Amino acid sequence: MRSDSKIASVSRRRLIRTAASAATGLVVGFYAPKNNGFFATMLAESLDNVFAPNAFLRVAPDNTVTVVSKHSDAGQGIYTGLATIIAEELDADWSQVRVEPAPADRDLYKNLQFGSQGTGGSNSIVNSYEQYRRAGATARAMLVAAAVDRWRVPSGEITVEKGLVRHAASGRQASFGKLAQAAASVPVPAQVTLKDPKNFTLIGAEHLPRLDSRDKTTGKALFAIDFSLPDIAIALVARPPLFGATLKTFDAARSKAVPGVLDVVQISTGVAVIAKSFPAAQQGRQALRIEWNESKAEKRGTPEFLAEYRSLLQQPGAVARRDGDCAQAIAGAARTLTATFEFPYLACAPMEPLSAVVRLSANQCDIWTGDWDVSGVQDDAARVAGLTTQQVHIHTLYGGGSFGRRGNGASEAVEVAKAINGRFPVKLFWTREDDMWGGQYRPMYLHKLDAGLDEQGNLIAWQHRIVGQSILGKDPNWILDGIDNTSVAGASNIPYDIPNILVDLHSPVLGVPPERWRSVGNSHNAFAVETFLDDVAHAAGRDPYQFRRALLTKDPRNKPMKLVAPDRMKPSLFAKFPRDRQVLELAAEKSGWGTPLPPGKGRGLAVHYSFRTSVAQVAEVTVGRDGGVKVDRVVCAVDCGVAINPDVIRAQMEGGVAFGLSAFLYGAITLKNGKVEQSNFDGYRVLRMDEMPKVEVHIVESLEAPTGIGESVVPPIGPAVSNAIFAATGKRVRTLPVSPNTSGGGLY
Amino acid sequence: MSISLKLNNRAVKLDVPAGVPLLWAIREAAGLTGTKYGCGIARCGACTVLLDGEPIRSCVTPVNSVEGKSVTTIEGASGATARAVQSAWEKLDVVQCGYCQSGQMMSAIALLQHNGSPTDGDIDKAMSGNICRCGTYMRIRAAIHEAARIKEGLTHAER
Repeated sequence: MRSDSKIASVSRRRLIRTAASAATGLVVGFYAPKNNGFFATMLAESLDNVFAPNAFLRVAPDNTVTVVSKHSDAGQGIYTGLATIIAEELDADWSQVRVEPAPADRDLYKNLQFGSQGTGGSNSIVNSYEQYRRAGATARAMLVAAAVDRWRVPSGEITVEKGLVRHAASGRQASFGKLAQAAASVPVPAQVTLKDPKNFTLIGAEHLPRLDSRDKTTGKALFAIDFSLPDIAIALVARPPLFGATLKTFDAARSKAVPGVLDVVQISTGVAVIAKSFPAAQQGRQALRIEWNESKAEKRGTPEFLAEYRSLLQQPGAVARRDGDCAQAIAGAARTLTATFEFPYLACAPMEPLSAVVRLSANQCDIWTGDWDVSGVQDDAARVAGLTTQQVHIHTLYGGGSFGRRGNGASEAVEVAKAINGRFPVKLFWTREDDMWGGQYRPMYLHKLDAGLDEQGNLIAWQHRIVGQSILGKDPNWILDGIDNTSVAGASNIPYDIPNILVDLHSPVLGVPPERWRSVGNSHNAFAVETFLDDVAHAAGRDPYQFRRALLTKDPRNKPMKLVAPDRMKPSLFAKFPRDRQVLELAAEKSGWGTPLPPGKGRGLAVHYSFRTSVAQVAEVTVGRDGGVKVDRVVCAVDCGVAINPDVIRAQMEGGVAFGLSAFLYGAITLKNGKVEQSNFDGYRVLRMDEMPKVEVHIVESLEAPTGIGESVVPPIGPAVSNAIFAATGKRVRTLPVSPNTSGGGLY
Repeated sequence: MSISLKLNNRAVKLDVPAGVPLLWAIREAAGLTGTKYGCGIARCGACTVLLDGEPIRSCVTPVNSVEGKSVTTIEGASGATARAVQSAWEKLDVVQCGYCQSGQMMSAIALLQHNGSPTDGDIDKAMSGNICRCGTYMRIRAAIHEAARIKEGLTHAER
């Protein structure tokens, strides 16, 4: 790493040891009060004078403030976000702030919503906000106490600003670095006062440079696929060609004859070829002769799934929400509408395929990875290697995108290391084809919606049926009354004031492994809800914006309803009223909703609440004579509580638009006789530069607790664009993707 | 076999089998990991490097075909254009996960070396071979325009 790097990638243990043994020596920090696990070892090893109010930052004599991020950064900017929160309460200067990833320690670094160490569900800031503020405020109080001791002045006369502790009356001042050693021996305050959010200077600052920009623009940023050790070997795994197939026999003779191939071993997921280089591993893998047992494999393909799902779509499912009596209301309606929607499997396809480096010895396992399920990786590695979790050390590196993937890619690498008895360190990664064929897709779903209008055109009944795999499976912590909330998120909790609502669900079981693709159920439910609502508005002869607005005038939390969801989810099922309406109004206003557009162009909107955040988007499109869709402009409004880093929020919104558009226009994984038909970015197209619209982002000013961004930015773009296409052409997209050169639907 | 080339302005001999893609020679034999693997079939641009100043996809370029030629990776990107691109990327905080950005920047450097003030259409043409799954395209576009301005300033300053 460069010396001016803002992100430390060496392990905390090594960093401390190195720093402590340097001549100028003492790194004084604020460390964990609970001297357990990793920290106990570290403290015993190397440092005497370390004191411990918390595990989230340290201040060194060189005046650097190092924030320890308990969350992995796969591009969402959480390193910068957590550092901002601590720097704010600490009153640090942004230029002195660094970040390093936390080691694996469930007690110290658990996600407070998961109970284990991991990053997901767009809750990193949500669960860390108070915790990191408190960490910063505690450190600040101790620095002030150290200054009080040194200067013998009342603490009330001391101010802290941009990394300087000052006593104005006596003209004394000291940097954090100068006070760090003394601060370490100050008692940890039991109570600290957090700032009034209206006094924030770093949180909400218009442009606070990202801490990872320098490393990522010089090629220095390390991803697991880049990490190396002396004598490292590269492993590729030959996995079954069908989901659910297993290894019968294999012959490695030809493979072992390939120059550079070191070994071939069997692991639980297939056959691993270990070689001196990637090309040798690839050649070795091609040379394998493998027989698979396909007796229990999934051999059906997309057409068979579609037929089954279409049949289920006609039958009542498990009820996720019931308000009033939908069947009766539809039977008595003056007018009814119906529509069905088809959504394909989608690959997460992060740019960095899964990768991990593992070094295994008799009593220690070191893992370098960008995986987000840190506790899961640690537990699995311990189990596979026959070690305790404390013997498994995880060194988190940057993740090259996630979007749901990259939960635990390291376990296979541990298996390989174990199979070769740790003879050399192993870097295991997936090729693009491995990733594309590897499952972990957003499941395919079919939807059927029915609506009833009364004689005045009021929407009186809304029935929504969903068919698709459960992502969370049979986990009793998540499945309630046959409802996997991830299947109905964004459908069962629609905020609209409709007297009769029925949402039901079928969760067919099949052999294609599902995953939580960025925004999970909201990715398809928002599309069905927001485009069908557009149909209803047109049927009622109403403007889609005004129609939605009128349905958002009451707080849904006050409405009697039966909504099936785990208790812990209930407080956040609906947006704080009237945030949904406010973002809708803001987006409409900023987009010039209602102003005329030239022929061939259309404007559409959608509003959606997910991950505690309300987002509205207005899209403007041009539809060519050939049916080609070009999205010109997207105006976004978001209420995510206090905006920690407005520019990171804008970046996420821009990226969310691109991600959602990729799926809307092109995204589809299809199967034929159980085999995935796409293998790379040729068959699985994603958005490119020339297709990127101009995105404008308006963030609602708020001092309330922050809410999720990474995923909430994705759901509205598909329906907003679809509604814009309808406005331009009168044609409704109900089968995704739009692009005619895939197996999906197509405009014409 | 041993392949001789100029890598980031230094003469190097890489001990790799002929036919191996240049990408892996750069990453594994030369140990420069700024150049990324993304697809292996020249469909994503993450592996973009400059060969005698022109952008190529190193994942499909046999290493023996660059014998005696000059290859520039992100680590060796230097000169007014490269500096302008890097500072524009940083100024606008283009990156998210960052994995594709070396390739994006090498494509942008090549574009700006040929065309000091590219239009949006020029940018579309030059950059559409580089995928970014995080969707940083808008900022890449803005950063290329910004880099063109910075480069002009640098060039004036150096005169």
